[in-house]
Amino acid sequence: MPEPKTDKTTRLSNVSVRFCGDSGDGMQLTGSHFTDAVALAGNDFATAPDFPAEIRAPRGTTFGVSGYQVQFSSNEIHTPGDLVNAMVAMNPAGFKTNLEYVEPGGIVIVNDDEFNKSNFKKCGYEEGYNPLDDEVINAQYKICRVPMSRLTRESLVDEESDISIKDVDRCRNMFALGIISWLYSREIDSTIERLQNYFGKVKNKPEIAALNEKAIRAGYYFGETAELFPSQYDVAPAKLKAGKYRRISGNEAIVLGLTTAATKANKSLVYASYPITPASDVLHGLARLKQFGIRTFQAEDEIAAVMVAIGASFTGDIGVTGTSGPGLALKGEAIGLAVMMELPLIVVNVQRAGPSTGMPTKTEQSDLLQTMFGRSGECPVIVIAASSPGNCFQMAIEAVRLSMRAMCPVIFLSEGGLGNAAEPWLIPDISNIPDIEVKHAVVTDEEFLPYLRDEKTGARPWAIPGTPGLEHRVGGLEKQDGTGDVSYDHENHALMTRYRAEKIQKLQDVIPDLEVEGSGDTLILGWGGTKGTILTAATMLRERGIEVATAHLHYINPFPKNIGDVLNQYKKIIMPEMNTGQLRMLLRSQFLVDIQGIQNLCGRSFFVEELADCIEAIVKGGAK
Amino acid sequence: MTDVALPTYKAKDFATDQDVRWCPGCGDYAVLTAMKKMAADLGVKREDFMFVSGIGCAARFPYYMNTYGAHTIHGRSPAFATGVKIANPDLEVFLISGDGDLLSIGGNHTMHALRRNIDINIVLLNNKIYGLTKGQYSPTSEVGKVTKSTPHGSLDEPINPITIALASGGTFVARTIDVDVKGLNALITRGARHTGTSFIEVYQDCNVFNHQTWFYATQKDTRPENTIVLEHEKPLVFGAEKDKGIRRNGDSVEVVTLGEEFTEADLLVHDETNLAQAFLLSQLYHPEFPEPMGVFYVDDSRPSYNDQLHSQVDEVVKKHGEADLQKLITGSNTWSVA
Repeated sequence: MPEPKTDKTTRLSNVSVRFCGDSGDGMQLTGSHFTDAVALAGNDFATAPDFPAEIRAPRGTTFGVSGYQVQFSSNEIHTPGDLVNAMVAMNPAGFKTNLEYVEPGGIVIVNDDEFNKSNFKKCGYEEGYNPLDDEVINAQYKICRVPMSRLTRESLVDEESDISIKDVDRCRNMFALGIISWLYSREIDSTIERLQNYFGKVKNKPEIAALNEKAIRAGYYFGETAELFPSQYDVAPAKLKAGKYRRISGNEAIVLGLTTAATKANKSLVYASYPITPASDVLHGLARLKQFGIRTFQAEDEIAAVMVAIGASFTGDIGVTGTSGPGLALKGEAIGLAVMMELPLIVVNVQRAGPSTGMPTKTEQSDLLQTMFGRSGECPVIVIAASSPGNCFQMAIEAVRLSMRAMCPVIFLSEGGLGNAAEPWLIPDISNIPDIEVKHAVVTDEEFLPYLRDEKTGARPWAIPGTPGLEHRVGGLEKQDGTGDVSYDHENHALMTRYRAEKIQKLQDVIPDLEVEGSGDTLILGWGGTKGTILTAATMLRERGIEVATAHLHYINPFPKNIGDVLNQYKKIIMPEMNTGQLRMLLRSQFLVDIQGIQNLCGRSFFVEELADCIEAIVKGGAK
Repeated sequence: MTDVALPTYKAKDFATDQDVRWCPGCGDYAVLTAMKKMAADLGVKREDFMFVSGIGCAARFPYYMNTYGAHTIHGRSPAFATGVKIANPDLEVFLISGDGDLLSIGGNHTMHALRRNIDINIVLLNNKIYGLTKGQYSPTSEVGKVTKSTPHGSLDEPINPITIALASGGTFVARTIDVDVKGLNALITRGARHTGTSFIEVYQDCNVFNHQTWFYATQKDTRPENTIVLEHEKPLVFGAEKDKGIRRNGDSVEVVTLGEEFTEADLLVHDETNLAQAFLLSQLYHPEFPEPMGVFYVDDSRPSYNDQLHSQVDEVVKKHGEADLQKLITGSNTWSVA
């Protein structure tokens, strides 16, 4: 591969690129390959896919558009970027729906061949209108019209070959990837190697591998020779912490975290789930890991899934179920059963925009109150939330640890925006991850009391079926303290209700304190997947001369021990959330502090700049 | 491993210290008696038994068996039991619940446990009524049933537990009556030894809300005329005098009197392995026909879900060798930062 022409190369610190096209155009794959290339170049990066719920919506329509955004940088970054510097649009529908994400003056590379009358009609452009000819659009963006379909065919078809034109056309995305790779000086050799490996070895279709290779090379050389662009760009490697990295998405991290937890607890793990967007990849990932003591089960429905997990927990395995908001609603009664039976249970909720079916492929943080309270009776569970794709690994291990310690269900909140997003991940050395202590009841001279609590943890003993002498019955009816017999006694119910809540609060002793970064008398407090955006916005604010402190909650029930002290230190507390203010409501009611919210309800992450602006307005607004 | 001799159990070893709270005269008592006897004799250690139930009168069952037990939530016990068997296939799991629990709110889970052939034993106590909620009609109640919730009579066609079990791919499908403790014991024992889901419907009397509903089939004087005992490879004969039988007639069957016109040789011979015939027999209703008791259908060839799952796990382990967690976490696509 030729060296970048240094005389025309502009060095940037930060670049974001968006690929969009029809959902059949392979945009996720293209973005993913490009991300691998920026990773290999040593950049920090963050990605966000943006795909439709429809698998194959009619070609060319706006609701069939699939997008993939990646930001890469020579600095540490936490978000996929707000507006992108460059976009590839494979068809008019992608162009129409994604143009708003391109910065003014940004580069838009389009597959000109697809900008035809029939496609304009499909995506609702007026007859006779070609947006590429629109003066306003051309004034605002640098539109690069590339006849990708034709060029791909010309590069790939030779007269002797019997390759189908369909296979050739499928390589257009690789042609586009070639152009972008040249534009940002990312090498294509490793991509070619992966294509050869995938198509050549895994799929045993070396001829398809060869086509893809030709296409990406053709696109690269086209970028180099066509002089369409004002410059070639380069982004220097980021100064990341030294070590070995891989790319990881939130859902992948959950798979690895649960597997690690099972190994560290020396237990089998049963993951029972019903397919649901955006959580299904956790099931897919774990299903391949039977050799790690993982048993997966695709249940007949959400309720069966959680019940299978509870049955497995009663039997002594780690019972886990995964879902998204609507599924959590269905599991509510069963989670209540696990609270009453006082068994470990991990419920992974990869949240999506609701209510009801809502927007399955869009992200939100709107299940928090459902998670806290969405069950009958006084029914507390442990609630934790991950803050980045890589953090899902750590929090999955925490979910298992806390659940087994307190003998109580954990609801582990992730978000669609974390599940599918990817970032570089410093690969942990598993020998540095502590074992998870598991205690099981053993036979003693004393009578076995299934609800006799451990003084330190408040947990009841976990006796495993098959152990002689510990036969006992549990169920959803209220239990007599100690014996676990069915009890309708008034005082006992009050006591047991308190016990079930207290053992969760006792976990404060074994979870980390809330850490604060930065100074000033304003605290930006967040939870979940907004962490990267908040940190970046805080940096932006400091650059504007506004000093703010930030803190991020990973533990919501119980809260960290020091949270009250932290909240009382600040004159102003601002909480950005992707809901109408759910955690803010909890904190205000529990700590009687005023917290001002910034709400995002549009199904995609905050933009850094819009968040920084909102915070600035509140800080400068004075009064509140 | 050395074989440890199994303790000798008596039925009372399976009794708990809990007061049994069913209504006096409830059919469930007889089932409990049969179950304790069965458990003592099955050859399974007490700690390896697990009784699971959903919600309803019958679902109190686990509290009265001194084994491991779980009284779960309405309709979902087949899923709980599935989780138990996935975690530990060696446990002997019994699922005791009622017609409302397993066929109404839990119909879906019952169907899926059966089609998966999870190695559990389902005992469905069918009293054709909702007892615990005090007398509403159930999914097995006859059309026109007058209850508190259906003062003008119920409109819903009842579902037939046996037909449902057969249609769901059940591999051991049987029926008996509560007062026949001996027959019940034998059937449950056979079901327990079957690999895969055993499904036994028990005609059970709710003497408070639906008293005598099964009396046509369960009483000494009515039973011989109104039921027929299914025995593998035996002709279908019934009646106090053994003077009647079931004969094939085209696509259906008819009741014939033995004697001059017909002999046993003309009768349908029961074949437990014949699914189509089992289905036909499941459609025999009182008063036109005697209702069959015993094993309708058995398929011993199908492996259980849990056995297959665990052999799949073994195969994967064999193929992949020892699990290497660090290698898994590292993945195949890495880069280094100096």
